Parts: sequence; C-alpha cells; structure tokens
Amino acid sequence: MTFINYASREINCKIVYYGPGLGGKTTNLQFIYDSTAQQAKGKLISLATETDRTLFFDFLPLDLGTVRGFKTRFHLYTVPGQVFYDASRKLILKGVDGVVFVADSQRERMDANVESLFNLEANLKQHGYELTKLPYVLQLNKRDLPNVVAVDELKAELLRRDEPVFEGVASRGVGVFDTLKAVAKQVLMELRKSSGG
Amino acid sequence: MAAPVVMYEEEYGQLKGAITRLCADANAKFVFLVDKNGQQIAAHGEMLNLDTTSLASLTAGNVAATDGLAHLIGEQGFPVLSHEGERDNIHISIVANRVILVVIFDERSSLGLVRLRVKRVTAEMNAIFDAIDRKVDREREMGFALDSPFAEITEEDIDALFS
Repeated sequence: MTFINYASREINCKIVYYGPGLGGKTTNLQFIYDSTAQQAKGKLISLATETDRTLFFDFLPLDLGTVRGFKTRFHLYTVPGQVFYDASRKLILKGVDGVVFVADSQRERMDANVESLFNLEANLKQHGYELTKLPYVLQLNKRDLPNVVAVDELKAELLRRDEPVFEGVASRGVGVFDTLKAVAKQVLMELRKSSGG
Repeated sequence: MAAPVVMYEEEYGQLKGAITRLCADANAKFVFLVDKNGQQIAAHGEMLNLDTTSLASLTAGNVAATDGLAHLIGEQGFPVLSHEGERDNIHISIVANRVILVVIFDERSSLGLVRLRVKRVTAEMNAIFDAIDRKVDREREMGFALDSPFAEITEEDIDALFS
C-alpha cells in the first residue's frame, strides 16, 4: 500500500519479487544493490539461512529521485521461494503495490513456476488483491542456461494478461532494470489513476 | 491497488509532538512510528546513525510474523512485544490497529515505565489517526485527493526517474 507523506514530501511504494525457489529473486535485488549509487540505496537486508536460502525476506530500499517535488522511494522485497515457507510469503505480500514474478526458464523448473504462480494468485486473493488488477511484470530468468524452455512456450504457460515480459540473466544484470522500471512505472501510473488524474 | 496511506502535515506535527514527549517521559533513547507495511512515519531520539529504514521493515516483519504465530494458536494477535538485550531493549506495541510504536530504551528507564507511558500516549495517537481517516474519507467523497502530486504525473516524469 503506497504511503504518501505530505509532511516529509515522500512517497513509498512496495514491490515484491515472487517466484519459485532458486529462481533468482535475491539475485535481482543483489544486482540492483550492486549497481546503484551509494546515496540512492539503503542497506540490503537478507534474512537467510546459513546456506544463503531466503528464510523470511530480502529488503532493499531504493530512492529513485523526485517526481513533482516528492521523493520517490521503492521498497523492494523478495519472498522465500521454497514451498514450505508459504506462511512467510503471505505476510510479505501484505500492502504490496506491485509484483514481479521471476520465473526460472529451465525445463525442469517449469512445474515449480506454475505452482508458484498459482500460489501467488491464491495468496494475493487472501489479501483481497487480484493479480490481473495489480501492477505486474513477468521476468523469464536464466536465459543463458542450455536447457531453457522457449520464450513462447513459457509465455503460453505463465502469462496471465497483457503484462510486460522481460528475458533476464539476473546474475549478469540482463533485464533486471527493465523489469524494475516496468513495474515501477505501472505503480506510479496506478497512483495517478487513484488521484483522479 | 489498495488506496494509499496518507500522512498530512498537521497530523504529522501532532504525532511528532506525541513521540517526542513519550521519548522524554519514558526516558527512552529512541521512539519511532512505522506502519504495518514497514514504512516509517516519524522518529525521535538520540541514536545517531541508526538505520531507521531497515529498522522499520524488520519491525513490520517481526510484528507480522508474531501475528501469524498468534493466529496459529487462536489468538487475535500479540499487541505488545518486548525484546531485552544486554544494553538496549525494544518495546513494540500496536496503535490504532495499524501502526507500530517502537520504543528503544536502556538502563536509564524500565519496562514498567515504558509500558505506562506508551499506554498514555496510545489514546492520543488513536485520535490523531482517526482524524487522518476522516480527512482521507472527505477527500475521497469529493472524488479525488485535491492536492495529490500524482494526478498530473506523466510518462516522461517516470522515465526521468530511471535516466
């Protein structure tokens, strides 16, 4: 839920990166963190297990600059992808303004993608949101690996509406900022709509 | 998308006044208000270099996880959380059902004093948040937020953010 502070002239929005385990959600945030100027970012917080699997969430606050005199800040969160962390995933979706679904393009992860997308829709519903009405972007990650499913086939399985789709190699940053920009744009345009613009 | 949470200058000033007073009355080091989604609302205190953005998101995560635990055992929630450290302690409570009030204190204060002062300020804060709700409702009834900076936002404005 966007937070507009007229006193400090700030607006904060929450973006959640969702998707199956080991799909590259944390890697997206890590790349954004590594390639953003010091003054534009806060600390990257990772609540992870000893083996670096996300346990609760990763969090990265990002200052994008000023729109109409308001400092625009995006709070990026990832969810833990592993199936059994569903209770945590649900909590993190609370108050979300936009969602990025990071799909793993490898053939053997196809079922995991589909399961995670269903899970996203179900969890959003519990918070009263609908995926088809929320700012949303689909990222097809790991396009550099040898055993990837063709883009058209992935789209046929995972597209939910006319959402923007980006091919990505998050470990090298390919598609990472395009994805972020696309979701941020939708969130801000949504704000315009709710302001009567 | 859910309606945005809004904070106006008048109420912000009142909240800032309330937490400043709480900080002094409870002999606390730092007091801050954060909404349940992890967005910081106001802060006051002496702790320099404290990463309040991280503090806000972790506090919200903590409260959300504890609420989840409460529901599992059939409770509505745990409205007060307290963490005791070697030097500093954190007292967390829920205000107006949606805002989290965090008080950081050390040996110059005590849990009892903090609880007492928090209780007193909670009623005052509830009234302030009610006033904000009424204001937002009024604006919505008029069709839109009259002074919203986003009503005229353009695609170029957004593109400029990423340039």
